[in-house]
Order: sequence, then C-alpha cells, then structure tokens
Amino acid sequence: MTAKGIRIQGLKKRYGSGDTAVDALKTVDMRVAPGEVVGLIGPSGSGKTTLLKCLGAVIEPTAGKMILGDDVIYDDGWKVKDLRALRRDRIGFVFQAPYLIPFLDVTDNVALLPMLAGMPNAEARMRAIELFKALDVEHRAKAMPSQLSGGEQQRVAIARGLVNHPPVILADEPTAPLDSERALAVIRILNDMAKKFETAIIVVTHDEKIIPTFKRIYHIRDGVTYEEEGEGRGFE
Amino acid sequence: MHSWGKFVFTGMGLGLLIGITLSMAGIYRGMVDDAKVLLDNSGADLWVVQKDTLGPYAESSSLYDDIWRGIRGMPGVERAANITYLTMQVGKQDGDVRAMVTGVTPGEPGTPGWPPYLVAGRQITRSHYEAVADIASGFKLGDRIQIRRNHYTIVGLTRRMVSSNGDPMVFIPLKDAQEAQFLKDNDAIREQRRRTAENPAFNRPGVPGLLDAVIASQSTNPYVNAVLVRVEPGHAPEEIAESIRRWKRLTVYTRSQMEEILVGKLIATSARQIFMFLVILSIVSSAIVAFIIYTLTLGKIREIAVLKLIGTKNRTIVGLIMQQSIALGLIGFVVGKISATLLMAPIFPKYVLLQPLDSVMGFIAVVMICVLSSIIAIRAALRVDPAEAIGG
Repeated sequence: MTAKGIRIQGLKKRYGSGDTAVDALKTVDMRVAPGEVVGLIGPSGSGKTTLLKCLGAVIEPTAGKMILGDDVIYDDGWKVKDLRALRRDRIGFVFQAPYLIPFLDVTDNVALLPMLAGMPNAEARMRAIELFKALDVEHRAKAMPSQLSGGEQQRVAIARGLVNHPPVILADEPTAPLDSERALAVIRILNDMAKKFETAIIVVTHDEKIIPTFKRIYHIRDGVTYEEEGEGRGFE
Repeated sequence: MHSWGKFVFTGMGLGLLIGITLSMAGIYRGMVDDAKVLLDNSGADLWVVQKDTLGPYAESSSLYDDIWRGIRGMPGVERAANITYLTMQVGKQDGDVRAMVTGVTPGEPGTPGWPPYLVAGRQITRSHYEAVADIASGFKLGDRIQIRRNHYTIVGLTRRMVSSNGDPMVFIPLKDAQEAQFLKDNDAIREQRRRTAENPAFNRPGVPGLLDAVIASQSTNPYVNAVLVRVEPGHAPEEIAESIRRWKRLTVYTRSQMEEILVGKLIATSARQIFMFLVILSIVSSAIVAFIIYTLTLGKIREIAVLKLIGTKNRTIVGLIMQQSIALGLIGFVVGKISATLLMAPIFPKYVLLQPLDSVMGFIAVVMICVLSSIIAIRAALRVDPAEAIGG
C-alpha cells in the first residue's frame, strides 16, 4: 500500500479544438491525504464528471500533473502504460448505484477484482470476507445482489472499491439514492475505511445532507477548484 | 432479479424449439429404423424383383408366382418365398387404417416374409381370410377387417412390423393378397367379359372353349411383387445373387443394396425435408438466442462499463456473456430433451427414435449456436466506454 494519497497540480482538460474547443477543466489543484475524506461539490456543468474521469484514468487530461502515492501517473501525458491495471490496482470506485454483477454472489462480486489482479481465488475471497466483517455485511456473503437491501448493496460496492487496498477511492454521488440516515451511515463507513486502510477518498456529491460532514471541501466552478474548510460534523 | 425470469422463460421457449429439432432428428432416425426393421423382419438375404426395377418397396415390381421354384432349386438357396405388398386403406367397422397389406406364402413360422414373432394370438394357419396385424394398426384379436371385397379375422398381433413410411403391416395369405391386388368389382368383370366375347379373335365359332380359356386367364392374378430368398449358411449372398441374375435374368438385391434403396432413395426426399426443417429451426433458435443475449447485454451496459472501469479485461467480459449464452442453451437443451422424450415422441404418429448420439450432437450444436449467437452482444459490450460508468 502506498501512503501519500493523491495530489493534482494544474490539471486541465480541453474537449475539441479551434473555435469549438471547450475547456472543461481550467485549473484543478487538489490534495487528499491518506485517511482523509474530502467532498467535491459543484453545480451541473462545472466539470465534476470530467475531473472524476481524469482522476479515474478513463480520459486523458490535456495538461497538468497527477501524483498517486509516490508515483507520478500523469505529467502532460500518461506516465503509466497499463491504465487498466492502474484502475484495477490503485484506484477504487464507488458509484451512485452499486452496479453489482447480478449473476455473481456478493463475495464473488468483491473477490473478482483481486482475482483479476492475479490473487488466488481463496485468498481473494478471504479478503472480501474481511471487508464484509468491517462493513457489517458478513452475514450476506453468500447472497445474490438481488437479495440485498439498497444499503447492503452500497456497502458491498464500497467493499469492492476497497478490496485491492487502493491509495485513492473516487466516490461518485454514493449517497444520492439514500435517505438521510443511510446517507450518513455510508459517509461514516467511508470515513472509517479511509482511516483503517489509509485511503484518500474523494466524494463527488450534491447531497446537502452529507456536505457538513466533510472537514475539507473542494468546490469546482467553470473548471476551477477552490478549497474550503468544512464543518466536519459528526466524525470527530 | 426480474431478468432471471425473462432468461428462464426464454430458455424454456428455446427448449421447446430444441425439442422439436430433436424430434425431427428422431423422426428421420425412426424412418431409417423402420426401413431396416422392414428388411430385418422379412427374414430374407436376397430380394428377387422384376428386371430393371427398384422393387418391391421403391418401385412396382411384378414377377410370375412360379419363379420361386426355379430359384429354390439353385445351389446355396435355403428357402425362397413369394411376397406381395399393397399399401391401402384397410376397413374396420369404425373407420379404416392405412396399412401395408402383405401377402405371405403358406408355410410355417420362419418362412421369409412372415412376421418373426407375435405379441398375441397365433400365426396364419388357414389359406384364406385370416390376418396378423401390427399392433400399431389399432386392431385387436378377433377384429373383423375388410380388404377389398373380403373380410378377414385378426388371429395374431405383432410389433414393429411397419413399412418404410411407418404404416403398420397386415399379413394375409398370398392368394388372398394376389386377389386383392387384382380383383375388380362385379360390374367391371361383367364389362370385361362382354368386351372379350365381342372380340372375334377370342370368340371364334370354330374354336370352342377359347373364349372360356381367355376369360379364365383374365380372372386370375399369377403375379407377385418379389421373391424373398434365404441363403444357406456358408454361402455368400452376393454369389447367389449373381447366379440368379445370370440364369434367371432378373434383378436381385442383397440386404445392403436394398437398404441403400430404402434409405438413399425412398426416404431421401423426406430426409431432405427434415434436414431443411433442422436448418430453419437452428436459424430460428440462433436468432432467438442472439436477440435475448443482445437485449440482456444492452440492459447491463452500465455494469459492463463498471467492469471495464475497475480493470476487467475484455476477455473476462466476453467470457461472462458467453457463460450467459451457454447457460441459456443448457436450459434450452434440458427442456428440449425432456419435452422431446416425454412429450413429443410418445404422441407423434410416426416412430420417433431418439438416439443418444443425436442428443450429444444436438448438445454440441446448441452450444455452438449459443457461442456464435453471443457475438453481436459481445461486440456491443466491447464497444462500451468505461467512462460511461462515471457521471449521470
């Protein structure tokens, strides 16, 4: 495990060229330490999704620098050859909906990632079960995704994001479909997991219920990020 | 999960199609088996027929009914017996049944052409008006059946004695069968006698008895369709056949040649029809599997994008889609096999022979169809951009 979180310096992303070019990201500077959960907030069209796609190594930024742990992964060009392996091994994802594979049981859904990375089947499943214990869904380990409640499915999705012990997790509106109580529970879990696994977590959200829980918030507007102290309420 | 229901129901629908496909293959096998059984049960090694014909099953064949004597006397011939075949509607009180009426030479069980075994009753012992019928005809012991103008009593029942078309056989004495093939109604006989009497060539004042002789010759049928020959042990059927061809100037078929005529010529058109049905059913099955797998895949685009985003290799995604497709095929095959065996074969009017090898080949074909049918869905899945997993 690499323990230096993620740093982004002067990240830019331009779509198109010439007169029709659009600067989706103009200047993005971020720093998230291991064990820290930060919020990324902004109105529609501000560049949140583009930023997340750049951080997730699914689209290439136009310029800037991204440092993951000790490694520069982007510096005016990708410094990593195998982006698929980068996403698999070093970036965790949690989405608005769980998007679990419907015909795999809960354990296999989570163990799939380390198995893809070459971990032996039994070891991968054991790692999944350990996460289930931490997330309090161990009793559902053999269930199919359709047999789980919405909250349980989201916890399994969090386990999937954590299972390869990535230095950073990108959470895209993870509480959007949940009521206040469950939304706060998910944020509590993310905070606990961030500390437990020294993972840097970026939570993209519109959800006003959870915004006061962040100690640090990045606002993004017209492709530019601004850092702000958050209230950090409830997770001291 | 709601798509499981769709998946299973599609599998069951596919299964019924596969069941029909297996049944079609079974019908073809049944036709071949019927043809072989017809030859096996005739108890013959050679079929002597009219020269240059493919008789008696594939073409009409006519031989004088005393030819068998000369054949019987040839070296290496153990037995020779006349036989006639006539496919017709056999009447019964409550309707009629299509059957192949077979005229067999008087003799004892074991005579070529006789049913080799009975499941009820006895063999024909009288020279007239007794019959042995295949149980598939629906006749029972003691039933009175009508063939042309005469009535016959069912004295015995046999099993798996059918024509190459699957019609049950009804055995009657040879003389009765010759009459059934030839005998006209009374009006026609009277008309024929009048015409003969009016012919001055047959009704000469100076030749008494000529007209009676001609009319008598017109009222009898001295023909049979074939002579069945059993070869003595130790003699090669092909050698005996060659000898008959040479000295009797008739056409002779061995068992393998007759099988080739029945399977390769007589049921060839039916076999081609069945093959076409198999092709059509395979195409329909492929289209169904392709459509459902494609639909299911499109419904899981976001999950596929997530899989790609978290680093899943394309071949893993291809494997998952193929697993799904093959699972659909497996459900279909199990349902198809059960429906063909338990539902379709027993109620089909023709003999359906489901062979294990056909099932194995059917299974392989189903798996191949499912794999090929998943290609469209796989292409759609491989085009999914992992970026689709992020954002709204």
